[in-house]
Amino acid sequence: MLSEIVKVEHLKKYFPVQKSFLEQLFTRELSYVKAVDDVAFSIRSGEIFTLAGESGCGKTTAGRVVVRLLEPTSGKIYFNGEDITKLRGEKLRLLRRKMQMIFQDPYASLNPRMKVVDAVGHPLEIHELVKGGEKKKMVLEVLEKVGLTPPEQFVNLYPHQLSGGQRQRVALARSIILKPEFMVADEPVSMIDVSLRSTIIDLMLSFRKELGLTYLFITHDLAVAKYISDKIAIMYLGKIVEMGHKEPLFRNPMHPYTQALLSAIPVPNPERERKRIELAGEVPSAIDIPTGCRFHPRCAYRTDKCSKEEPQLIEVGKGHFVACHLIK
Amino acid sequence: MPLLEIGSLTVDYPTSRGTIRAVEDVSFSLKKGETLGLAGESGSGKSTLGLSIIRLVPYPGVIVKGHIRIDETDIVKLREHEMRSIRGRKAAYIFQDPMTSLNPVKRIGAHFIELIRTHEPNTGKEEAFERTKTVVENLGILSERINDYPHQFSGGMRQRIMIGLAIALNPDLVIADEPTTALDVIVQAKILDLLESLRKVYGMALILISHDLSIILERCDKIIIMYAGHMLEYVTSIEMHRNPKHPYTQGLLQSIPNIELSDQKLVAIPGSPPDMLNPPKGCRFWPRCSYAKKICRVKEPPLIKVGRNHFVRCFLYGKKGVHVERNRKS
Repeated sequence: MLSEIVKVEHLKKYFPVQKSFLEQLFTRELSYVKAVDDVAFSIRSGEIFTLAGESGCGKTTAGRVVVRLLEPTSGKIYFNGEDITKLRGEKLRLLRRKMQMIFQDPYASLNPRMKVVDAVGHPLEIHELVKGGEKKKMVLEVLEKVGLTPPEQFVNLYPHQLSGGQRQRVALARSIILKPEFMVADEPVSMIDVSLRSTIIDLMLSFRKELGLTYLFITHDLAVAKYISDKIAIMYLGKIVEMGHKEPLFRNPMHPYTQALLSAIPVPNPERERKRIELAGEVPSAIDIPTGCRFHPRCAYRTDKCSKEEPQLIEVGKGHFVACHLIK
Repeated sequence: MPLLEIGSLTVDYPTSRGTIRAVEDVSFSLKKGETLGLAGESGSGKSTLGLSIIRLVPYPGVIVKGHIRIDETDIVKLREHEMRSIRGRKAAYIFQDPMTSLNPVKRIGAHFIELIRTHEPNTGKEEAFERTKTVVENLGILSERINDYPHQFSGGMRQRIMIGLAIALNPDLVIADEPTTALDVIVQAKILDLLESLRKVYGMALILISHDLSIILERCDKIIIMYAGHMLEYVTSIEMHRNPKHPYTQGLLQSIPNIELSDQKLVAIPGSPPDMLNPPKGCRFWPRCSYAKKICRVKEPPLIKVGRNHFVRCFLYGKKGVHVERNRKS
């Protein structure tokens, strides 16, 4: 197996903006929400790679493009070395067995009319992998794996009979039943009660070992990101501004945005001195992205160059990349 | 004299499937200028408790027992029209969702002017307008923007406006119910900073309701841990950080990731919060508690004092109890 399981290059996803009739008459060009704007990263087999950032930074869109739930505007996606950007039909269906996704809201991601056995077993039927009684047997097996024990008690329940944490376990069972190699987990714990979050996180971590899963984890919660990930990429307005292994990144954040973001995270310690880095203004609209470095209007260290020239990601330490003109 | 004094407050929601006792036997008091955090998971009764203080418990909820004294007036006994002079002026509420709490067809300024002139009918339009300007500027919003509509503001700005509406009448107590849950961390930090500075400027007491223990620990003087309608621990934040007593509090603290620690091991609390239609007998937490004894299943533990400003509802403490710390490492 190749060490790089997923790789994306120059990935872009623009969504056209609906204009009013009058605007359509007077302007030719379409405007776009540049949700993901030239992003590149690679994930090694067995790694947990996190895309983190505030809402609207493009992390969810990037995750969906990687598993081909959305078509990229441009760029390339490789899975196990194969270019999957343009895969269609039967080939895409076969690929989907290997990459699965788990969503934020377990109240919305499960069909309320499907029993647990049908919801979890559905992927097996779609991919025509089972006959007759095999489905139930396999469902029981995965339910046991996700900690819904004894599984016989859960198979015939409907989602409304389950708690939020149990639902997320069902969603997790459904995503691993095909034994995928790669999973995109989009905020899987942000709607779970605090006391149960770590059980879901620990399950995900255990599957990495047991099933050899590789994760693309998407979150706004950097404390969770730090706990779970190997590598983290911080996104701002559709671009990665800093990326690296979690230890150096948290110990020595280089990009002014990363520094401000980390300083804003609440720490459960009332005796600690707070050192907050204030940021001016708010995240601009992704339709009207600032020129040059897209962070420059809010940056305390900006120079003339920042408003003119877009900084590229450069390596500042082993595997630690930063896109900022301050760093030479 | 405390500003707010709540005694054995009990709130029920009678439903067709049975009565849900959302808050049971809660007592605490709050002095002027203090910050209290109400922490708990969903369904713990923290919002119901907060809403009772301004008597806005949603239908069919009713306060069945206890008293809530604000400046020595027991508001439980007040008539509805008398409550109007309490809400906004004595105690104000900041709701969770800034997106739906503002009137979309009204300019921001109109929200403030209506509020001021309803509560203080003698205020002229000009004066109300000037006061609005001052409040809006204190929120860090340009005063020109009072002529804008809510949709022209971002989520963080709308939450600022909600805070402004809560403090416009200069109340003694502000209750903020998950004021930053819908917001990003940077905006969240700004909003919490704003609340803190306004609290100092206006000298208000603040009750901060949140499921996020990190925020509560960082921002509050005292903390109440709620679980299934019960107050399990009532303690200063420093003491809670140094020496949490209740097994549930200990569990919560072990289950939240801390950005400042590396190689942290999170430990989850087994099981899930109880069905409030059918809560466990005895201590509400015993089915999830690794220290549960026979007595915990049959008898409700009383809230006992274990230190200065430290109360806990658990049989592990007090005369008959064994100290949790002793068997914590085993």
